[in-house]
Amino acid sequence: MSTAPYLRFQQIGMTFSRGGTSSEVLRDVDLKIDRGEFVSVIGHSGCGKSTLLNILGGLLKSTTGEVFLEGDVVDAPGPDRAIVFQNHSLLPWLTVYGNVAIAVDKVSGKTRSKAERHDWVMHNLDLVQMAQARDKRPNEVSGGMKQRVGIARALAMEPKVLLMDEPFGALDALTRAHLQDSVMDIHARLGNTVMMITHDVDEAVLLSDRIVMMTNGPAATIGEVLAIDLPRPRRRLDLATNAEYVRCRAAVLEFLYARHRLPARAA
Amino acid sequence: MTRTAHALPAPAAAGHAVDAPSATIVALPARHVRLATRLAPALSSLAARTLPPLIVLVAALVGWELLCGHPGARLPAPSKVVADTWDFIVDPFYDNGGIDKGAFWHIARSLSRVAVGFSIAAVVGIALGVLVGQSVWAMRGLDPLFQVLRTIPPLAWLPLSLAGFRDSGPSAIFVIFITSVWPIIINTSVGVRNIPQDYRDVAAVICLSWWEVFVKITLPATVPYIFTGLRIGVGLSWLAIIAAEMLIGGVGIGFFIWDAWNSSRISDIIVALVYVGIVGFLLDRLIATVGGFVSRGTTAN
Ligand SMILES: Nc1ncnc2c1ncn2[C@@H]1O[C@H](COP(=O)(O)OP(=O)(O)O)[C@@H](O)[C@H]1O
Ligand SMILES: [Mg+2]
Repeated sequence: MSTAPYLRFQQIGMTFSRGGTSSEVLRDVDLKIDRGEFVSVIGHSGCGKSTLLNILGGLLKSTTGEVFLEGDVVDAPGPDRAIVFQNHSLLPWLTVYGNVAIAVDKVSGKTRSKAERHDWVMHNLDLVQMAQARDKRPNEVSGGMKQRVGIARALAMEPKVLLMDEPFGALDALTRAHLQDSVMDIHARLGNTVMMITHDVDEAVLLSDRIVMMTNGPAATIGEVLAIDLPRPRRRLDLATNAEYVRCRAAVLEFLYARHRLPARAA
Repeated sequence: MTRTAHALPAPAAAGHAVDAPSATIVALPARHVRLATRLAPALSSLAARTLPPLIVLVAALVGWELLCGHPGARLPAPSKVVADTWDFIVDPFYDNGGIDKGAFWHIARSLSRVAVGFSIAAVVGIALGVLVGQSVWAMRGLDPLFQVLRTIPPLAWLPLSLAGFRDSGPSAIFVIFITSVWPIIINTSVGVRNIPQDYRDVAAVICLSWWEVFVKITLPATVPYIFTGLRIGVGLSWLAIIAAEMLIGGVGIGFFIWDAWNSSRISDIIVALVYVGIVGFLLDRLIATVGGFVSRGTTAN
């Protein structure tokens, strides 16, 4: 198609300078993402994945290049690019309900009545199966549940793009699988555009339409983009022996561990 | 099992005029046992906490009595203190006009001064602390100044304060304010600096206005630090007012102590000191309790 892409990273470069030293983290990152697409970014730790996501989120300003969302330059944080943070980032003094409500009240305070906002909070808690724990505080629920609430909070802002920074990185394998299924289910139902950072190869292949593989820093950039041609809905049990799944998985592993393995210092 | 008479076979109860009371008599001993077994651990842990301080207190009083009990001792023994001041202890509410009032009125006046001065210090201290904590440069510029100012003893401010206000009432309140404001500022600003970046990011993504950030993020996230500052501050206030009142005179527990010294009523001084200590302790507990209540859930994550 010749129309402008839904989301576009254009020649993004990022250099952090602190004191006298400056370090180039990202260089010439160029990426187009379609509406409704689920894109994962994978790469070794410290290569600049979070930096890239935070530039899209507006929390960081790129040194060079621009991000465009529906043709508009991204230059500040906003609810149209809601973020699911790695460490859930729930406010501990608010209940599960309150953590979602603080976002809903602000984002749709003008467009929804009080009753509608309440229903919308509950709807999103339902979506992540947390409605029954609405009155609990974050430190009273498990890590997986906290992350569910973080996802509900982000979804409740009805973002154009949902940003997730290693959302399941801190969870045990079973909980992680459970949440991956939830995210797939939600993506199938709502069709949101998602950019997810991960360092888990299986997770990337299972969830994504495309996997963006980053080279190692400094001055990391996109090394390769892999399209995952698997029909949805995907079921992890069926995939284990699926030839396309195995091929994609091998391709990512090959990229990460054969061609762009971390230098010895990090091992 | 034997709780109600109805459970018993009818012939067994037939001989009694009223069967319900006899049934409760059967039930009572069982309940007593259960209550006792449940209370025993609670009682013993209560005893474990109250007995040691009681023993120390008694030992101290006995030691003091032994030291000062002989005729010609410079300081009164506890028995003499109680005998001398019995009227003052049992009637804290008398009021003979002037400064001849019961302990309650002196303490109440001192507390009201602390309430005013400390409230101003809390509001100003939290506001300044939040401002200073927002900016690295304000922190770097002002922190050394605060660190120097906070070490100035309360009474050193009094002459300056009297020169400025030309009136003892506001001067005393100013001394309380200036003494207790520093720990509040310093702790609040440290709390603001320590707000996790995550919370700021969340606020940024939701697009909260700065006022909403202040009320919904900054204050709740800083509350434990604020209350640490308030707790130190209220202790300093109480220290300051007793000392300041000695100099400015009038009604107040501080001047009561000074007046007692001038009239050689040493026993009165000792009783007043006990009151001062207890009130200071209660003030500290009050702030700690309020702080614990307000900041429930804000620390653990
Ligand atoms: N605010 C910052 N100031 C200076 N350096 C930073 C900053 N944020 C990240 N970096 C550096 O940028 C690099 C990439 O970080 P990050 O994007 O968090 O990596 P990843 O998410 O891929 O693990 C790291 O070397 C990190 O030290
Ligand atoms: Mg990261």
